[in-house]
Amino acid sequence: MIRIKCPYCGERDHSEFTYGGDASIRYPALDASREDWTQAIFFRENIRGFQKETWHHLNGCRMWLEIERSTVTHEIKSVKPCHPDLQKIMDSKK
Amino acid sequence: MTRFNAWNVFKNGLNGQKGWSRQWRDPEPRSNYDVIIVGGGLHGLATAYYLAKNHNLNNIAVLEKGWIGGGNAGRNTTIVRSNYMMPGNHQFYEHSLKLWENLSHDLNYNVMFSQRVHVSLFHSPGAKDSYARRYNIMRLNGTDGELWDLKKLKKKIPILNYNNARFPIMGAAVQPRAGNARHDSAVWGYARSANALGVDIIQNCEVTGITRQNGNIDSLQTSKGSIKGKKIGFAVAGNTSRLWQMAQLGNLPIESHKLQAFVTEAIKPFLDHVVVYGVGGAHFYISQTDKGSLVFGGDLDWYKSYAQRGNLPIVQDVAEAAMAILPSIGRLRLLRHWAGIMDMSMDGTFFICKTPISNLYLNAGWNYGGFKASPASGWYFADLIANEQPHKYIQHHHLERFEQGINLDERGAGPDPKLHG
Amino acid sequence: MTSFRIKNYGKVNRKKAISFKWENKKYYGYEGDSLASALLANNIKIVGRSFKYHRPRGIMSCGVEESGGLVTIGSYDKRDPNVRATTQELYQGLTAYGQNAFPNVNFDLGEINNYLSRFFAAGFYYKTFMGIPPFEWGTGTSIWMVFEKFIRKAAGMGKLSTLPDPDNYEHAHDFCDVLIVGSGPAGIAAAKEAADKKLDVILVEQDSLLGGDQLGDRVFNVDEVYSELKNLNIRILSKTTAFGLYDNCVMGLLEKVTDHKAEVNDSLPRQRFWTIRAKHIIIGSGSLERHIAFNNNDVPGVMTVNASKHYLNRYGVLTGKNIVISTNNDSAYKTAESLYNAGAKVTVLDVRQDISLPPIFKDKIPVRFQTVPYNINGSRKIKSIDLATITDSSYKKIDTIICDQVLLSGGWSPVVHLLSHRGSSPTWNIDNLCFLPGNTKENISIIGAARGIWNREECIKSGIAGALDAMNKMGLTKTNYFFPKEGGWKNPIHPLYEVKHKKLISKSFVDYQHDVTTDDIRLAHREGFESVEHLKRYTTLGMANDQGKMGNIIAISLMADLLDKKISEVGTTVFRPPYTPIAIGALAGRHVGKHFRPLRVTPMHQWNLDNGAVMIEAGLYQRPWYFPKKNETLTDSYIREATIVRKSVGMCDVTSLGKISIQGIDSTEFINRIYANPFAKLPINKTRYGIMLRDDGIVMDDGTSWRLSENEYLMTTSTAQAGKVMSWLEELLQTRWTDLKVNVTSVSEQWAAVAISGPKSRDVIKSCVENSILIENLPFMGFVSTKLIDGIPCRIVRISFSGELGYEIYIESDYANTMMNLLWREVKKFNGCLYGLEALGALRVEKGHVTGAELDGRVTIEDAGLGKMASSKKSYVGSAMRKRGVLNSLEREQLVGFFPINKKHTFGAGTIVCEKNSIKGFGVGRITSVTHSPELGHWIGIGFVKGGKERWKNITLIGSDPVRNKQMELKVVSPHMIDPEGKRMHV
Repeated sequence: MIRIKCPYCGERDHSEFTYGGDASIRYPALDASREDWTQAIFFRENIRGFQKETWHHLNGCRMWLEIERSTVTHEIKSVKPCHPDLQKIMDSKK
Repeated sequence: MTRFNAWNVFKNGLNGQKGWSRQWRDPEPRSNYDVIIVGGGLHGLATAYYLAKNHNLNNIAVLEKGWIGGGNAGRNTTIVRSNYMMPGNHQFYEHSLKLWENLSHDLNYNVMFSQRVHVSLFHSPGAKDSYARRYNIMRLNGTDGELWDLKKLKKKIPILNYNNARFPIMGAAVQPRAGNARHDSAVWGYARSANALGVDIIQNCEVTGITRQNGNIDSLQTSKGSIKGKKIGFAVAGNTSRLWQMAQLGNLPIESHKLQAFVTEAIKPFLDHVVVYGVGGAHFYISQTDKGSLVFGGDLDWYKSYAQRGNLPIVQDVAEAAMAILPSIGRLRLLRHWAGIMDMSMDGTFFICKTPISNLYLNAGWNYGGFKASPASGWYFADLIANEQPHKYIQHHHLERFEQGINLDERGAGPDPKLHG
Repeated sequence: MTSFRIKNYGKVNRKKAISFKWENKKYYGYEGDSLASALLANNIKIVGRSFKYHRPRGIMSCGVEESGGLVTIGSYDKRDPNVRATTQELYQGLTAYGQNAFPNVNFDLGEINNYLSRFFAAGFYYKTFMGIPPFEWGTGTSIWMVFEKFIRKAAGMGKLSTLPDPDNYEHAHDFCDVLIVGSGPAGIAAAKEAADKKLDVILVEQDSLLGGDQLGDRVFNVDEVYSELKNLNIRILSKTTAFGLYDNCVMGLLEKVTDHKAEVNDSLPRQRFWTIRAKHIIIGSGSLERHIAFNNNDVPGVMTVNASKHYLNRYGVLTGKNIVISTNNDSAYKTAESLYNAGAKVTVLDVRQDISLPPIFKDKIPVRFQTVPYNINGSRKIKSIDLATITDSSYKKIDTIICDQVLLSGGWSPVVHLLSHRGSSPTWNIDNLCFLPGNTKENISIIGAARGIWNREECIKSGIAGALDAMNKMGLTKTNYFFPKEGGWKNPIHPLYEVKHKKLISKSFVDYQHDVTTDDIRLAHREGFESVEHLKRYTTLGMANDQGKMGNIIAISLMADLLDKKISEVGTTVFRPPYTPIAIGALAGRHVGKHFRPLRVTPMHQWNLDNGAVMIEAGLYQRPWYFPKKNETLTDSYIREATIVRKSVGMCDVTSLGKISIQGIDSTEFINRIYANPFAKLPINKTRYGIMLRDDGIVMDDGTSWRLSENEYLMTTSTAQAGKVMSWLEELLQTRWTDLKVNVTSVSEQWAAVAISGPKSRDVIKSCVENSILIENLPFMGFVSTKLIDGIPCRIVRISFSGELGYEIYIESDYANTMMNLLWREVKKFNGCLYGLEALGALRVEKGHVTGAELDGRVTIEDAGLGKMASSKKSYVGSAMRKRGVLNSLEREQLVGFFPINKKHTFGAGTIVCEKNSIKGFGVGRITSVTHSPELGHWIGIGFVKGGKERWKNITLIGSDPVRNKQMELKVVSPHMIDPEGKRMHV
C-alpha cells in the first residue's frame, strides 16, 4: 500500500486516490496545432525513477495532487495540490 | 539436437537421463550480426526463430539482460484466445491462435496448449449485445465463437455462482478453440528451436548504450561488450521507453504499468475451462494449470510502476472478484502473487513497425495481450525485419496511427493507458 | 520410527484428552497438541503421498515449512485440502484424511509411479505427449488433450469442495508505531524495549503460543511472558501470520480466529485479514532448519532435528526410540542430549572433524565424525541407515546401523521472506552457510535468527538494538546501538548439502512435496537451465506449498557446484507473498455474494418495487426495467408501456443520471469549453443538449445542462459516465484551467428525478404544481424552479428523450416518494403508465437518439450524426483532434436506422451489416440498438453503416448474426424513424 499524505486530509491509503498521469505534460491551448496535441495526449516519457504525476483524491477531498514518486520503489518525495491557489491557501495556513 | 519424443524419454529413463544435452547454447557474442533482437522474452525468441525459419537468416542474436523468459513471458496467466474485433487485430490474433495450435509439433516441445474453451460471462443484455458484435465479427472472419445461454452454461460449468451473485450471470460468449498453455515451455521451445537454427541466445547481456552512425544504429553497447548489427529489433515490453530514449528517439505512446498475477495451491481438477468476466468495475480471469493450481488475475494496480511486486488493494479486489463467481474457492489458499510490467499503449493495441531509424524495428505495446500474441508477433516482426514492409494485417500498427486518426482501440477507452486492461 | 507420548515432558494439557479422527479411525490427543503431534503420539507414520511419485510421506518438521504432512481436514462444504498438520491445532472432533492417494495413503495405487520414476525425470512432460507415441506423430492439440486429461487427474494434491464456502471472513485495519513479527526471544526483547520507550507496539505471532524457539525448551512459562507483555500495553496478535510486507510499512496479516475450534459461535469469522499500517517494522521471524539430500532421505521417520526437539519438549512426544542424528553444525547436540535424556538411543553423525564435546557424548551418545548418511533402508518406515565417509571426492559406504528415526540438520536458513517482498535480495554468508537479509532503506529492522544470529543471548541483544534502530529511523532518537554479529556457534558449520550415491539413479530428494531430486537438478543443469529461476521453473523446485522453505538452498548449492560458481553468484529466487498460503475467502472478507459490490438505489427504489417494477442492473445501480401487468413478458410489457407513452402519458425514474452543479463567475466560459456545441449564449432558465469530447476528439458523453442563473448551471450526464465526467471536470479546473473561477459539485444523490412523457404530460404536471401557468408557458427546453402542490420545491425542465411532449421533474431526494405518489395519481387519471428502461430504450431508438450502446468510445460526433451541432466558432476540448486524419473520412461508419425488409423479421443488437455478395469479414456496418416499434408495427434498429444512409439508398443489405443463428435482409433508413421533424415534443 502506498501511503499518500494528502495536504488536506492527511495520510491515507493510495486506494482512496486514483492515478491521473504524467504531471509534466503541459497541455497546449485548445486551439493549438494537431501536432502539439498529439504529443501531449499520446506520447510519454514513461520515466523509470522519480516522476511528477497527478493523483485525484477521489474518495476524499477530491483534490488533484501533484506527487513526486519513484516508479521503481514507489517512494514519495513530495505531495502538493495541482492548483496553485490551493497551494497558496495551504501555505498560508502553515 | 536429440528429438523430444516418447521413445527418447523411454531410452533416457533407462540410461539415467544421460542422453539429454543443453537445450540452447550459451555462446559469447560475436562482433557482428545481421539481426540483433533485444529482449529474450517470448516475442524476441519467436522473432529470432521465424527470422531463421521463414526468412533463412542465420546470423542472428537475441540479447537478454537476465534469463530468457524472465519478464512477462514467465509472469502471465497463460490464456490464449483470438476474440479481437478490430480489423487487423483480429486476423493477427487468429493467426497467432493457429500457430499455437501446432506449436508443440513445430517446435518439438510440448507447450501444453490446451484448447479447453474460453468462456466470457456476461451479466446484462447490453453486455450480451456487445459480445454478440465481437463474436459475430469473429464468425464472419472464419473464427470460432458462440453464445451460451444460462442453461448451457450451468450444464458446462456448474460450480459458478448462479444463486446469490450481486450481478446475476446471464450467459457467456465462448471461444471453443481458445484455452491456456504452459508459458515457460513456449519460451524454452522457441529458444531451443531458434538455437538449432543457429541463433545465438545471449543471456545476462544488458544493452547499456546505443551507438549511432549516419543516422543508423551502428552497434549496441552491452554488458558483454560492443556488438554490431545490420538490423536491430526491440522486443522489451515494459522497458521499451528506456531503450527508445537510449536511441535518442524521445517519447513513445507507451506507459509501464504493473499487473499482478495469482496462483493457488495445487488441487485436483476443479475448473475445466478458462473463465473471464468484467462487471461492476471488476475484471477477472481464471484457469487451472495442468499441475492443479488455479491461476488468475484482474486489473492493473492502477498507477504507473516498474516494480515487479503488487500491492494489497488489488489482491483484495481480485479475491473478491474470484469469490463473486466461484464461491467455493474461499477455502482454497493463495500460494503466490507477483507483478509484471505491462507496456500499456495509448489505445490498448500493439506496435510492430518501422521507426525513425531505418535499421531499427519496434515490437511493443502489448498491454494484456502479449502472451497469446507471441507466435504471431514473432512471425510478423520477423517478416517486417526481413522484408522491410509491414504485412497488411499490421499495416496500421505503427506509431503514427494516433495522429492519423486510425482507431485500433478494442475497448474504446481512449488515450489513458491504464484503462486498456 | 516408533513415536509415543512420554511422561513429564511437554506443555500439552494432559488433563484434557481430545478425540479426533484420522482416515475415519478415532484417536486421542491432548489440548495443546497440533494434529502432527497427535498423529505422532499415536505412532501414525504415513500421513501423505508425494506429488509425482506417490511416495509415502511422514511428518518432517514442526512448522510452516512442512512438506510431508499435508492433509485434508473436514468434509462436505468445509473440506479444507492441503492443511499442514504441523500448524493445525487439534480440536475435539477434528476429522483429517490423507490426500493424493487412492484408495488411501497407506496403500496407494499411484505408487506405481515410484517404480516408473526413472522415466519421470524433471521436465519429461515437455518432451512427449505431443502426438502419437513413440515419435509424436500428428498435428494440432488433440493427442495432447487426451494425455492432459490423465495428467490433470494425477496432478494436484487435495480435493477442493465445489460447494460454496459457508464460513465468514473479516477484514480488520489498524495502525501502530512498531509492528514486530515473531515472538521469539528477539521479538519479545524488541517489544519490551519499544513499549518501554512508550511506543505503540503490536507483536505478531503465527503460532498459537508466544515464545518461538523457546517453545522447544524443556521449561518455558508462556503465561508469564504473555502477562508481562500485556502489562506493558503491548498489543498481541497470536495465531496471526504476517504474510506480506507491502509499500510504506503496510503489512498484510492473517489471523486464524476459529480454525482451532470444534464448535464455532456464528458471530465469529473463521479468519481475519488484517491490514496494519506501521511506522516501523521489526522482523524477528526466526530461521528454519534445512535437511540433507541423500538416497531415500524421504522415508517416513526422517525429520529435522529441531522438530524432534519441539515434539519432545512442547508436546511430550518422543518421535523415535533409536535415533540417528546427522548434522553439520553445533545446533543438533542439545537436542541429541534431550532425546537421550528422554529415553531414546541416540547416535550422532557429524560431517566435521573431531570437535570438543561434553562428556555425555563420549559415554552415552556415540558421535561419529566425518560421517554422513548415505542411504536409508526401508520404504514405508526406516529399518536402518547406511553411513558413509568422504574419500577423495566421493562418498564411501562404511557401515549400516539399525534405527527407527533419522533426524537431519543441514544448517539454518533465516526467514528473509518479508524483506524479500520489498525487493531486497538476500546475500549469501559463507561463514554461516545461509542467506542473510539484504539491505533496505525502508523503516524495517531485522532481529534474531532472521539476522543469522544463533545464540539466544545475542538474539535478545539484537531485539533491543532493533527497537533502538526503529526509534532512530522514525526520527525520535539518535541513540548509539549495534547489532550483534551473525553466527554464534562454537565450531564452524561445514557445508553438507548432498551425499551423492554411486547409483545411476538415486532418490535423493531436495523438494519433498514435488519429488525434485538431486538428479533432477543435475539434469536441469545438463539441459542448460542454469539460472535459479530456470531451475525452479524446469524442475518445479520450491513451487509446492512450502515454497522451497526446506529444500531450495540444497538445490542452489548443487547448481553452484555444477557451474563451478559460488553460491553468492548463483543467488536465490525471489520470495513472493504470501509467506504461507492464505485462504482466498479471507482476502475477500465480507465482500461476497450480494455484497461483492455496493448496490446503488434511487430514493424511489422501494416505490418502484411496490408498484411492480422488475429491476435491471445498470452499473452499480438497479433501475426499473419494466412494470409487467399480470402474466406479461418483458416484450409485452415494454410494448404496452411505450405505446401508452406515445398515446397518453408515462413516468419513469431517471434519478441515476449524473448531476453536477457548476458555479462561479467563469461557469459559462468553462461549460462552453467542455461541450462541442455552443453554450456561451444559453439564456437563463433554458437548457441545452450538449456533447462532450475527449482530448482525442472522440465522444465522451452527452447530456443536458441548464442555466440556473448568470453564473450557475446544472449539468446532467449519462448514468454510466457520471463519475468519470465529474473527475474530468475537476481535473480540468484543478490542473489545466486554473485561471477559471469555477466550482463543481456532484449533486447526483441530492436530486431525485422523474421523466413524464407523452401528450398528456403537461396536463399531469399542471395538476401537480402550485402554479400551473408556469407550466403552461414553459417553452421547449425551458426550465423553471417552482413548487409541487403541497409546497415542496422542485425544478421542472421541458425536455424530451422519447420524442413526445415531455418533462423531467427534479426534487430533493427526501421528497421522492411524495412526488411519485402525487404524479402517479394524476398519471393514472389519463390511463398512463409507469415505464422502465426497456420502454425508454424503445422510445429513444424510434427517435434515433444515441446512448452508450452507440457512443462506444470510438465514435466521433460526425459518426453519431451530430456533427452539425459542433461549433466551428470556438475551441473546445477535442476540437483540435476530432478531425485528424481518417476521422475526417466520409467513408466512416455513420449513424443510420435499419428496417427489416420482411416486416416479420426481428434482429438483435450486435448484428453485423454486410453487403449481399460479401457476408464476411468486418461488414459495412453494425446494429447497435434494436426494439420493436409499437408505432411502426415492426422491429427497427439503429446503428452504423459505412458512408451513411445516402450511400445505401435502395440497396438491400444483410444483417448477419451467426452467434444467434440469424440472418435477415435490411434496409437503411434515417435514424429518426418517428416524427422526424420533432413536432410532437414542441406542441
